[in-house]
Amino acid sequence: MAIRTEELLLNVGPQHPSTHGVFRIVVKIDGEIIKEATPVIGYLHRGTEKLAEDLNYTQIIPYTDRLDYVSAMTNNYVLVSAVERLMQIEVPERAEFLRVIVMELQRIASHLVWWGTYLLDIGAMSPFLFAFRDREIIIDLFNELCGARLTYFYMRVGGVKWDAPDGWIEKVRDFIPYMRERLKVYDDLVSGNEIFLARIKGIGRYDAQTAIDYGLTGANLRCTGVKRDVRKDHPYSVYDRFEFDIPTRTEGDCYARYLVRIEEIKQSLRILEQAVEMFPEGPIMAKLPRVLRPPEGEVYSRVESPRGELGCYLVSKGKDSPYRLKFRRPSFVNLQILPKILVGESITNLITILGATDIVLGEVDA
Amino acid sequence: MGDLLVQPLTWGSFLTFTVMAVLFLLLILGMVTYGIYFERKILGWMQLRPGPNRTGKLGLLQTVADVLKLLIKEDTIPSKADRPLFKIAPAISFVPSFVVLATIPYTDKLYFANLDIGVLYYVALSALSTIGIVLGGWASNNKYALLGGMRSAAQLISYAVPLVISAVGVVLISGTMNMIGIVERQEGWFWNWNFLPQILGFGVFVIAAIAELNRSPFDLPEAESELVAGYHVEYSGFRFAFYMLAEYVYMIAMSALITVLFLGGWHAPAPFLDFIPGIIWFILKFCFMFFFIIWLRGTMPRIRIDQLMSLGWRVLLPLSLANIFITAIVVEIIKAING
Repeated sequence: MAIRTEELLLNVGPQHPSTHGVFRIVVKIDGEIIKEATPVIGYLHRGTEKLAEDLNYTQIIPYTDRLDYVSAMTNNYVLVSAVERLMQIEVPERAEFLRVIVMELQRIASHLVWWGTYLLDIGAMSPFLFAFRDREIIIDLFNELCGARLTYFYMRVGGVKWDAPDGWIEKVRDFIPYMRERLKVYDDLVSGNEIFLARIKGIGRYDAQTAIDYGLTGANLRCTGVKRDVRKDHPYSVYDRFEFDIPTRTEGDCYARYLVRIEEIKQSLRILEQAVEMFPEGPIMAKLPRVLRPPEGEVYSRVESPRGELGCYLVSKGKDSPYRLKFRRPSFVNLQILPKILVGESITNLITILGATDIVLGEVDA
Repeated sequence: MGDLLVQPLTWGSFLTFTVMAVLFLLLILGMVTYGIYFERKILGWMQLRPGPNRTGKLGLLQTVADVLKLLIKEDTIPSKADRPLFKIAPAISFVPSFVVLATIPYTDKLYFANLDIGVLYYVALSALSTIGIVLGGWASNNKYALLGGMRSAAQLISYAVPLVISAVGVVLISGTMNMIGIVERQEGWFWNWNFLPQILGFGVFVIAAIAELNRSPFDLPEAESELVAGYHVEYSGFRFAFYMLAEYVYMIAMSALITVLFLGGWHAPAPFLDFIPGIIWFILKFCFMFFFIIWLRGTMPRIRIDQLMSLGWRVLLPLSLANIFITAIVVEIIKAING
């Protein structure tokens, strides 16, 4: 006798511990196997791009802080660099170095948040607290630099708002060997764990072509073996002066994404090491007109945020606020592959795959 | 206590048992309270944080406050829930957890029942709790709870089997299912304890026991990151407390059972240490097992449901069967040598 079975419609989120914010995904499940997955987004939509049309350029910067709130520094940078390119402003070297240092520290902090929360998704509790403890050091450094811990509002068109206080660069220098030691501890604690490997190896696999077709960037692309990083391919700021590698893997599964991100932390430490060595003296702000009025025209500026290629498309009609501002948000783009790779996986893998994608809802919904 | 069991029932012995049972109940409740405190402290230290330290001195009143909070919380029942089942499910889950404690011999004098099928009784009754979990998951009329309940049923079936079969090795060596008999058989040096001759059975038993306790890394029925809270997602207030109570009492019972079956019960590790009372040794071994379970929670990620099933059926079950086979042969050979 055949037992009659039914598919179950399960609403995951928007209030769910593992969606990392107000993300909702409606899955049709047969037992625990997903037949269909439909992401529903927009719960955190604040209309940043529209709001920006009524604000002057400096006023927009705090809004970018709140897009990807785990990596506010890179968001600051993408906007100010767009305006700088349109206005052809020469940014002082010291300011560029400060920007690179905070952006790389931010990348480490962001990956630490990802590492901790991802392991929490997998069911390991302790790494989360380990990661947040080490992230706290970076947050304290930022706090000392600009007085904020999460939404920094640190960069300005033409430079940065605050110079590094006395001894700050030394603190960054001390942080590098400390973090290297901690990464070893992390590896001991997690990377070789049998259960952990069994949970993420071979899960959520896609090939390079699919990744490119879906427009994935960041670790989600590099895990398939495509060596693409805006910092190398289209160097911005002073990135062309540093030596660093772009970690890639070829497996294309969650484990590859994990390893790529861990390796990226190490590469960020390398960049920091060189940046601290070369840190120049000088002004931190360019000479600017009182009111910023970029000439008529358009510009696309992009940076490598911890989540992928973060782009900013800016159209100016010569006014003090933009005619149109558009962000290419990597979290939003990376999310689009979910319905494809989730089919046939179990509910448990849904969390594993979603976590490995590393989305920030503030950025997905803008 | 033990002597009273074999004498005819008098008013005196009846009263003694009643008083002891009530005292024991209170003791267990106290142990659960401080077991939770202990767990939270240990986890805190493992995670480089202080753990509870605000309520009372050193946070000692934290769990008491938590329980009080649960008591005064509004008792909500979802409108579409199956009300009678929803109400009775926590009780079904929690009653057997106390009942199994009766069969555990804490010292050679202190036990509440001297059953010749002690091991079987424990395993059979502890499996009943899962019915409470499945019912709770079903009656909540919540999809997450349902999935949690179903997982729990699948997990129980997969793990009760290797659990029982690995305990058979101990029964074969001891020649009895009576827990007191099993402990008495482990007298002398610590290498007489069953965990060394039965190292395979011990390993399988501990893994299966943790799976049956629904503890990390096998805490799938309440997998927080996937199923939010699993079977008890709709429960609040005291009904929720019942589920939690059952879980912790089982942790206590299982630690005690492992102590009895594999770690020599109340025996000292070496004969010259016999001057220390048996209850102290029992408590030490018990605390070690309790700590071990918490330790795992602090370090392990959660296993996936299909991996859990394949571990149970493809690894633990053959291992426990092999353990019986080897044990039986060795026991027969020893018998033949000794004539």
